[in-house]
Amino acid sequence: MIQAFANPARFLSFSAWAWPFAGVAALILFAIGAPWALVFSPGDYQQGESVRIMYVHVPAAWWALGIYAFMGGASFVSLIWRHALADVAARAAAPIGAFYAGLCLVTGSLWGAPTWGTWWVWDARLTSMLILFLTYLGYLALHAAIDDEERAGRLAAVLCLAGLINLPIVHYSVEWWSTLHQGASLLRDGGAAIHPSMLGPLLTMAGAYAAAFAALLLANMRADVFRRRVEAARLRRARAS
Amino acid sequence: MSAILALFRRDLALAWSAGSGAAAPVGFFLGAAMLLPLSVGAERTLLGAIGAPILWIAAALASLMVLERLFQADLEEGGLDQMLLSPAPLEALAAAKAAALWVGVGLPIAAAAAPAAIALQAPPAAAGAIALGLAIGEAAFLFAGLVGAAAAASVKRAGVLIALLVLPFFAPPILFGAAAAAAAAEGAPFGPAFLLLCGTTLFALALGPIAAAAALRLQAT
Amino acid sequence: MILALHDLALARGGRVLFENLNLRVAAGEFGVIRGRNGAGKTSLLRAIAGWLRPHAGRIAFADGVDASSSLHVIGHGDGLKGGLGVGAHVAYWAGLLGGERASVARALDQVGLAALADLPARILSRGQARRLALARLIVAPRPIWLLDEPAAGLDGDGKALLDAMIGAHCAAGGVALAALHEALGPNPDHVVQLG
Repeated sequence: MIQAFANPARFLSFSAWAWPFAGVAALILFAIGAPWALVFSPGDYQQGESVRIMYVHVPAAWWALGIYAFMGGASFVSLIWRHALADVAARAAAPIGAFYAGLCLVTGSLWGAPTWGTWWVWDARLTSMLILFLTYLGYLALHAAIDDEERAGRLAAVLCLAGLINLPIVHYSVEWWSTLHQGASLLRDGGAAIHPSMLGPLLTMAGAYAAAFAALLLANMRADVFRRRVEAARLRRARAS
Repeated sequence: MSAILALFRRDLALAWSAGSGAAAPVGFFLGAAMLLPLSVGAERTLLGAIGAPILWIAAALASLMVLERLFQADLEEGGLDQMLLSPAPLEALAAAKAAALWVGVGLPIAAAAAPAAIALQAPPAAAGAIALGLAIGEAAFLFAGLVGAAAAASVKRAGVLIALLVLPFFAPPILFGAAAAAAAAEGAPFGPAFLLLCGTTLFALALGPIAAAAALRLQAT
Repeated sequence: MILALHDLALARGGRVLFENLNLRVAAGEFGVIRGRNGAGKTSLLRAIAGWLRPHAGRIAFADGVDASSSLHVIGHGDGLKGGLGVGAHVAYWAGLLGGERASVARALDQVGLAALADLPARILSRGQARRLALARLIVAPRPIWLLDEPAAGLDGDGKALLDAMIGAHCAAGGVALAALHEALGPNPDHVVQLG
């Protein structure tokens, strides 16, 4: 499995058809999911029409976490097996994950204003999503700050794994911290069972986000592999002349 | 063991020597804490409620300041190479550096926090507990901060970058630390918040040096 | 044999510096590495120290020899802290590298810095700073010395000191590998020409 992706040439021939395929899948899923979620699905009897933001917000939250877990896996592979493509994958996934995390924060805030009566609540979910967003930014900044790409990738991988340990600690810390403040009213949006009529559009949107991630990831990785090849070729030519 | 002690002793001597002493971070800490009454006014009940949390923020920022040069100076001057040649594991040496920084800078900040807390209208009886909490919290800041300091060691003018890398790791100790300080102001200093602060500090003590050593090995290449 | 390089190749930034380097160094031998700037002299020494992964081939040590107890590296940086005393540096290296505290005074004396022991390192000239770095080699005896331009900044007396140190080390059965521009040390047993 790892060996199969170790070879950049094999990756390029696989991704050449895989990334447009995933891109078309994302477009189709969005074309189905977006009208379904935003127009045809029922409004919530409590939250009214604002519940539709959830179809944008919840998949963004899922995949912001999912992409970070993916980066953690790629970083682990890059550190243990010194796999160049794993590093490329982690780096290519980071901006997409940061975008999903930012989208989750913005849409959550837009939803909170009419529903909770406030734009922001310091509960465990929101706080850990904010920390996750900052962790993404830190990862990207560290990668950008170090000139030697191999070293940048491996240092960012160490940071990514440390962040992977930190995130659950932050999450449970905020939860315990909230319970320490007895007086504060706790807002929990979990618990309530989701109505089946909402599940269809939600899962379609989640599928669309996943396909979009796959397409962008592969396209980013291809761009990165090509860029490295061009640089290597230039270096060779400069030495030959 | 003697290698770890030697590094601890050297870094402590450097922390206390002229030029790079504890005076700058402690002064920064006090100055940042002083801005609070100037900005919100000297109303006693308001200051009493937010004084201790502000001390924690000021301490976190002062810790960021000292983390920037922690490994960078060693890397530039070739000192990291000597650490790699030591028979002591790099994890233990990273921990020794953080421990020296804790004694040299973290504890002075915690000591300065006691009078600062009283000036910010905390009950004098609680000042000791607030300082003790900060002493423990400084260990969490500095040991967790090792990760960012090591990862950004080869970056020039890494101050802002290190802040961005390290602040997510500061969230748990500052959460419980400020809660413990608030509890101390109410006369119950050693409740669950204090114990949870100790817990997050233990996490940082265990994991910070391991991650920092992994990053430092990469810096040598 | 203490140290052997088998078909070694090193690469930096996707560029191969050199290939098929073979070398066997026995106890008491002195090796010199020569080559223009960028030929990979520093990289070779750092690879032997275990800080750079070979692009191909391997580096073998005799049994019982490993980087954390048998190697000294004198690199471009002297590893000095301006605020720390000259003697405190040597005491620190003795502790860090597993040397004897008792030999601190002897090491300072040997590199000619005994009179400056209590002064901070920031007042040292470039040549004196390099002499202080060389005190590491004496305070913590280790069999393999990897020296990267060790004479940089040294004056005539300093070079004579370094020359004598390498000679004594090899005569006592130690191994020294040095990237050098000038003639220094005993007659080399090996000359590695890079690039």
